[in-house]
Amino acid sequence: MRIIELEEVAELIRPGSTLMIGGFLGVGTPNNIIDKLVEKSIRDLVVIGNDTAFEDRGIGKLVKNKLCRKVIVSHIGTNPETQRQMIAGEMEVELIPQGTLAERVRAGGAGLGGILTPTGVGTVVENGKRVIEIDGKKYLLELPIRADFALIKAKKCDYYGNLVYNLTATNFNPLMALAADTVIVEAEEIVPVGTLPPDEIKTPGILVDYVVVSGVR
Amino acid sequence: MPLDSKEKIARRVAQELKEGYLVNLGIGLPTLVANYIPAGVHVFFQSENGIVGMGPEPEKGYENKDLTNAGAGFITALPGAMTFDSAFSFALIRGGHLDVTVLGGLQVDEEGHLANWMVPGKMVPGMGGAMDLVTGAKEVIVAMTHTAKGEPKIVKRCSLPLTSVRRVSLIVTELAVIEPTDDGLLLKEIAEETTLEEVLRLTEATLIVSPELTKF
Repeated sequence: MRIIELEEVAELIRPGSTLMIGGFLGVGTPNNIIDKLVEKSIRDLVVIGNDTAFEDRGIGKLVKNKLCRKVIVSHIGTNPETQRQMIAGEMEVELIPQGTLAERVRAGGAGLGGILTPTGVGTVVENGKRVIEIDGKKYLLELPIRADFALIKAKKCDYYGNLVYNLTATNFNPLMALAADTVIVEAEEIVPVGTLPPDEIKTPGILVDYVVVSGVR
Repeated sequence: MPLDSKEKIARRVAQELKEGYLVNLGIGLPTLVANYIPAGVHVFFQSENGIVGMGPEPEKGYENKDLTNAGAGFITALPGAMTFDSAFSFALIRGGHLDVTVLGGLQVDEEGHLANWMVPGKMVPGMGGAMDLVTGAKEVIVAMTHTAKGEPKIVKRCSLPLTSVRRVSLIVTELAVIEPTDDGLLLKEIAEETTLEEVLRLTEATLIVSPELTKF
C-alpha cells in the first residue's frame, strides 16, 4: 500500500478505464477522487456501481460531465441526466438487479465462474442468459464482473491499508475491493497500525494498492 | 392522490405485519407503513443499502452522513441494529429471511404478476432491488393506488415489463384488498368509502368477489 496525493489518482486512471465505484446514492462513494476525475476530465470510462446517484453527487457527476461511455448499475431513477443520455444514445446503460450486481462483483473477486440466481427468471433480465434448473427450480447463470480499478471509500485506514467502513456507507465497497486489478481507497482518516480492532476491519490491507487521505466530507 | 388515500393504504398494509417480522419498505408510499404499526407489535425494518434495525428520520442536527435509507434519506439505527455490505443485504432478501416486502406498483395482473420498474420509452428508473425483493421475500405486498389518471392498474395482463414471475401475496389500494390465488384475484375487502360496483368498474382484471367480503 502506498499513500498518494489526490493529484496522482488522475495519473493512474487513464481514459477508457473500467471503474468499480463504491457507494449507494453517493453514500460511501469516494467523492474527492470523483471530483479529481471530473477536474482532469478523464473520459470514456466504464463505471460499475449501484446507481448513478444525483447529478451533483457521486457517480452522477461523472455522468453529468459526460465522462462515461457506459454505466453498469441497478438504478438510474434519481439522475435524470443518465436517462437523458441513455435515451439520446450518448451513453450506454446496462441495468442489473441490485442483488445480482452484488453477487457478480463478489464472484469476480472470489474466483467464481458465476452465480445462479432466481432473480430475473421470466423477465427481460433473462434475455441472452443461460437458464439452469436445479431440483426443479429455475436460475439464471450470472457471470462475474471485474474492473481495472476499484474506487473505495473507507472511514478509517491504517498504514497497512486495513479498512474500516461506516454504517450504511459500507454497501458495495468491501465487495469491490476484491474485484479489481488496482484498488484505490479514499479514507477519511489514517491511523497507526494496531489501533483498528481486528473484528472491525472489513478489508485487509493486502488488497489495497493506494490510499488517499481525504478528511471528513 | 389525496393524502388520506396514501394513509389509508399504509394503515391497512401495516395490519399485515406481525410480531418479530423482518420488513423491507420501498421508497415512497410504502415508507408510510412504518407510521401505522399496530400497538404492541414489534417489527425489524431492513433497508437494502445495508441495515437491519432502521429507525425513523433523526431530528435536525442528529443526521449522520453515513446512515441513510435506500432513498438516501437520513435514518437512525435503533438499539440492536446491525449494518452490513450489499451481498449480505441481498442474502437476507433473496435467501428467504425477509418476512415481508412492501412495494409500489405500476401494474398487477390476474396472475398476480407485478410490473413496477419501467415504462418503455418514458421512464426507466431501473429495478434497483425490486426484482430481488419480489423474488425472495416470504410475502410480497403491493401498496398502490387503484388507478393512475383514471386508468386501471389491476389489469388482465401486464403490458409493462414484469418485475418477477413470482405471484405477489396481497394488493392493497385505497379501494380494495385483493389476494392473488390459484383461481384468480380474490377481492377480500373494499374501502368504507366505496362500493363493490365502483371497485369492479375501476378494475380491468376479473375479480372473484369473496363471499366473506368485508370493509376496511
